[in-house]
Amino acid sequence: MKKNHRLAAICAGLLQLAFVELAILAPLPAGAESASTAITEVKIDNFTFAPQRVTVKVGTTVTWINEDDIPHAIAATGKSFRSKVLDTEDKYSFTFTTAGVFEYFCSLHPHMTGTIVVETTAGGGAAQ
Amino acid sequence: MTDKHDTHEGLSRRKVLECMTWVGTGVLWTVAGGVPRSLGLVGEANAQAAGALTFLQISDSHVGFDKPANPNALGTLEEAINKVKALPAKPSFMIHTGDITHLSKVSEFDDAERIISQARLDVHYVPGEHDVLDDGVKLYGERYGRGTKGAGWYSFDANGVHFVGLVNVVDLKAGGLGNLGNDQLEWLDNDLKARSASTPIVVFAHIPLWAVYPQWGWGTDDGERVLGFLKRFGSVTVLNGHIHQIIQKVEGNVTFHTARSTAFPQPAPGSAPSPGPMKVDDAKLRSVLGTASINFMPGQQRLAIVDTPLQG
Repeated sequence: MKKNHRLAAICAGLLQLAFVELAILAPLPAGAESASTAITEVKIDNFTFAPQRVTVKVGTTVTWINEDDIPHAIAATGKSFRSKVLDTEDKYSFTFTTAGVFEYFCSLHPHMTGTIVVETTAGGGAAQ
Repeated sequence: MTDKHDTHEGLSRRKVLECMTWVGTGVLWTVAGGVPRSLGLVGEANAQAAGALTFLQISDSHVGFDKPANPNALGTLEEAINKVKALPAKPSFMIHTGDITHLSKVSEFDDAERIISQARLDVHYVPGEHDVLDDGVKLYGERYGRGTKGAGWYSFDANGVHFVGLVNVVDLKAGGLGNLGNDQLEWLDNDLKARSASTPIVVFAHIPLWAVYPQWGWGTDDGERVLGFLKRFGSVTVLNGHIHQIIQKVEGNVTFHTARSTAFPQPAPGSAPSPGPMKVDDAKLRSVLGTASINFMPGQQRLAIVDTPLQG
């Protein structure tokens, strides 16, 4: 019984410490992250996705903008996301909450393909 | 004239005369037993020969398109239909090889129907990728899917010619081209098996069934299998749309032909950074839009195709 209490107390202490640490450290990595995920916009121009491959951190929202005079639509090859048809200047956004490599294509013109690489945040566990 | 001829090895008298069937002058030349003869206007040809059949192909109306390449696609569709109405002899029917609408909107389907029905012809449709964009792909099927299989494929017979309408714009695969899928191919195999090798076959679909320019997605991944089924037939005509320009090829007994759009032109393969709508001078637009008339004469292996622009 006594041992259990002591363990509980230590655990609680550690937990508190962890919270304090989080509170202090949180602003730093958050700032660093936004810098490394500056490119969250993919332009659709001349039947290509630009950039064709984008690397972002987990939690990033990627926005596609159709700049062609013909409609396009975004479809993940693994079916995890799919847009409605995007006419000229229409946008579609998707927030990537898990890490991984996400291949996608235009469901109207499937020869158009692109990739979003989603990486875990620094210090976080691998969420493959 | 932008027509492309891939098979004219030499310019014999016969070849030159055959070539003239493609120039869209309204005069039909046919080759019977190696002797070319003029049949006059398209409509007269239909009236003259017993058992002959004339039908029209219209394609890529893109009703709803309003970008600089043609701010009024509905207007040019109406011009095309007015030309059909003015033909001296009524064609038997019309086929529409897809992209009726631009964005699969109810209003676009309604507008297209309102204009096309003025031709007072039966219209056999196949969908383009622009016609299957609504949630659940319901609108095309509700309007044009009656009596069809799967995503809208079917066959019918007219004047001894067997017609097959195929759908190669649904369930497209990443990195791929047009796609027919196993269910449709199986159906097609059975459908064609029941026909004698002497039956003239006309196959129509939106995206070209042969590899016109895969870099721009202009081809069908499993189109080769269709061509395999068609090998034993003596007369095969494959009619497509999608690329908004006339391109043709003859391979053995198979004639491939793509029709103009009534909405806007697209660039020749590889001649522009992308296959997007091509802006031409306003004065030139109607010379690159149009329809096709296809004439079948019993005993004649190749069907005569005449492309007629809206103007010029």
